[in-house]
Formats: sequence, C-alpha cells, structure tokens
Amino acid sequence: MAALDPNLYGFRPARPMPLHQRILNSTPVAIALYMLVIWLILRGSYIGAERMGYNWQWYQIPRYFFVLNDEGFRWGEIPRGLMITLYLSGLSFLLAIGVGLLVALLRLSDLVVGKGVSIVFLELIRNIPLLVLLYLFYYVLGPIFGWSRLTASVLTLGVFHGALVSEILRAGINAVHVGQWEAAKSIGMSTYQTYRYIVLPQSVRIMLPPMTGEFVHLIKSSAIVSVIAVAELTTVGRNIISHTFMSFEIWFTVAAVYMVLTLTLSICVTYLERKYAVDS
Amino acid sequence: MTDRKPVIVARNLDKFFGDFQALKDVSIEVRSGERMVICGPSGSGKSTLLRCFNALESHDAGQLIVDGIELRPDSPDIRQLRQNVGMVFQQFNLFPHLTVLENLMIGPVKVRGMKRAVAEETARKFLERVHIPEQAEKFPAQLSGGQQQRVAIARSLCMEPRVMLFDEPTSALDPEMISEVLEVMVELAQTGMTMVVVTHEMGFARKVADTMVFMDGGEIVESGRPQEVFSAPKTERCRQFLSQILAF
Repeated sequence: MAALDPNLYGFRPARPMPLHQRILNSTPVAIALYMLVIWLILRGSYIGAERMGYNWQWYQIPRYFFVLNDEGFRWGEIPRGLMITLYLSGLSFLLAIGVGLLVALLRLSDLVVGKGVSIVFLELIRNIPLLVLLYLFYYVLGPIFGWSRLTASVLTLGVFHGALVSEILRAGINAVHVGQWEAAKSIGMSTYQTYRYIVLPQSVRIMLPPMTGEFVHLIKSSAIVSVIAVAELTTVGRNIISHTFMSFEIWFTVAAVYMVLTLTLSICVTYLERKYAVDS
Repeated sequence: MTDRKPVIVARNLDKFFGDFQALKDVSIEVRSGERMVICGPSGSGKSTLLRCFNALESHDAGQLIVDGIELRPDSPDIRQLRQNVGMVFQQFNLFPHLTVLENLMIGPVKVRGMKRAVAEETARKFLERVHIPEQAEKFPAQLSGGQQQRVAIARSLCMEPRVMLFDEPTSALDPEMISEVLEVMVELAQTGMTMVVVTHEMGFARKVADTMVFMDGGEIVESGRPQEVFSAPKTERCRQFLSQILAF
C-alpha cells in the first residue's frame, strides 16, 4: 500500500526520539554504564584495602571449596557449609508451609476461635525480631524441651517464615474466584475436597512467585543461626576467618555463594512458571 | 402437572443482605418434570431465590423443602442435596486447571465415588448430548463462551441431578452463541428434566416453560402459564417489564 501523502491528508510525521536519548537508551551504553559503576566500586574497595595494608590472598580460597591431591578428591568447608544451609533451609521451609497452611486455613475458617488463634500467632511472630525469636527458641525453649541447635534453628525459621507464608497462602486462596467455590459446592464437594481439588491447585500457580521470594528470604535469614554456631555457610565463613584473618576474601566468597544459590533458584522457578503457565 | 410430586416447596421465604430484604415472603412450588422460568428486573431477587434452592444462600425465615429434605443452614444433608440439584452459573465457573473431561469427571469420581472408567464413559455421553464430544481433552480457556456453558451444563448432568437450576445461563454470552446453549436446554427439557431457569430469553420461555414467574422487589408478583402471562399480564409492573424486554 502506498504511504499517505502528508499534503493531501494534512498531517506531519511525528518527530523521532532525539539522538542523545536514543544513544543513552541503547543496550550497549547501558551495559557499559553498569560495568563502569561496578568497576568503580571494586576499584575503590581495592585501593582502600591496599591503603589499610590489607594482604589479599585470593589464591587461598579454592582449597575451601575442594582439595585434589594424592589422597584424591575432597570437598572443602564451604560446600559442606552450603549443604547444611540447604538442609536447614529445606526443612525449615517445609515446616513453614505446614505452619502457614494451618494458620491460613484457620484464618479463613468460620471458627471464631480459629481466626483468633491465627491472628494472635501472626501478630506475635511478626512483632518479635528474628534474632530474639532464635534466642527464645534456643536458650529458653531449647533446654525445656531438650532441643538441639539444629532443631531450635529449624523451628525458629519454620515458625517465623510460617507466619509470612500464611499470608501468601491466604492471598493465593482469596485470589481464586468465588465462583469456583460455588461450582465445587454445587456438585456436592466438601470444604476439604474443594480446597484439595479445586482451590489449592489454582492458588499454587498464583503463589509460586511470592513463595520463591519467601524461600530465597528464608535461605538468607538462615545465616542468623550462625549466632548459635550451627555449622552452616555463614558459620563456616566465620570459622575460616578466625584462623586465617582473610575476612575480605571470605565474606566476598560467602556472599557470592549465597547469590549463586538464590539466583539459580529464582531462574529455575521462572522456568517452571513459563512451563506451567495456563491462562484461565 | 399438579398431580406430580413437588421437588421444591418454598413457604414464606425471607432473605436479608444486611438491611436489604432480597426475598419477601416468597412461596412457590416446583413439581417433578416442571419447567419454570423466572424473570424480573435486576435486583428483583430471582437469582437469590434460585441460590436458596441449592443452599448457596441460606434463607432467614420460612420453610424450604428441596428433594424431600427441609433445608437448614449448616446441615450435613446439604452436601447430599447439592448432588441431586444441578446448577449452571452465568459465568460458567468451569475449573480452569482441569480439562473438559476432568471437569465432568471430578464430581462423580470424588463426590459420588464412581470408578474413573465409568465416570469417563458418562462424561463422554453427556459431552455428546451437548454436542461437543471433540473438545474433551481441551482446557476451558480454549473454548468459546457457548462451548464453556455447554460443558458447564454437562458437568451438572454428570451428577445425574433430579432438578437443574440455571442462573442467567446466556447473559454472559456473545449474541451468536446464545442459541447453541438454548438449544441444549430445550433438548434437556424434552427429556423430562425438572428445570428452574432464571433468564430474560422470552423465546425460550414461550417454547418450553410450563410456568412463568415474574419477580420484582423480592416478591413474586405474578405467575402462570407463559401464554397467559405474555398475552394478559395481570399487574402493571409485569406488563411494563415485558414491554421493555420485548420492545425490540
């Protein structure tokens, strides 16, 4: 089709974006700017550390990941710490989902007592700092019930994140249209069957992104159990520093390991979401 | 018709939403095999009445007997009753995470405890009845509105109900899809199914209804055979309503 004649139709072409904006908006410039900022930060810290007379020993780091010598291959302290972090976080998250589901269902139920209990629980947990909660579980409840460090840690993280998870679950359940409830009821389903076969399967799709965020949050807050010396990643870092004094290298490394872990997780879940995306 | 057994009997029903009275002293009977059409302006209580029949709303006063059970809120009998009373919604309310076939099978399998193979056979039979056997493996979102509503009808039929309730089944449909749904409903009427239909489709009412009920302001203003109501409405309110919806 021929282009419209501006004179005939009485219009002028819209102006293009100015050149300097087009340059600033381009991908290469954006990447270059990011690289520059990151380089400035790294360079700045490096120069600062040098001025302190800090003795960088990056070559020492690999042996904390693995050792390969005549005796064979052996995992280092950092991967072993990471495994504990994963174990701790995994168990805590399972507990958090259990606690969260219970609290969310009580909150959504018609029981006055159920609602009351769940609201009191939520307010209690949300208004106590995680660190104080950990001390309560380890120093107060721990001796009473004979809990180990790991048990106290899992319970603390599970209960704390359970409160947050319950809000995600509640939002996810409420996001399912009321018509779904009515349709399920109209074919004679019980409340349990409606949750199990109709509502929860639909909520899961809605809840997946915030749940991933919550798991990432939990992995990061699991670092706090280093204060009661559970041998997870952060504790491992502290221990290495206490006998090598390489605090800069180790903390950079530990931070990077957490980042790689959580980013991998987020990417996997994004992939899952795409795979199971169904428009309703 | 009057010699048949009543399936739904309502006596002096009242229903309140806060201060608003949605049903005022409603008394009505639906007999086995009867096809009843309820019409009326929006907010007249017709959907509320229908939803009371299925205990999706609980009435505040009066007596309601459905399929031989007097309804009381929170009664464990309500689930049993709902299995025998099918409901079709304006917005279809199909389960979006299940295929068409699974939508039809979930009730019989999970609620009635039917074997999967038997349930599938029943489901395919009813998909045939609503003329979409080829859509069994699809998800609801892949179907047109008319097809979705026909699946919803089939889903209710799979429970082999004694009464079917329709709550404005064609109001959410594009105009060209209304007739395919009405056609299925007419065929269902011909099988002798007891039906209570809230609708503004007067052509449907004329064709299949035994009883036509006009509601306004939460009350039953007029009821009778459709020919009588259409040709000689007894009340001014009914006459005005009919002239408005039949204007074009």
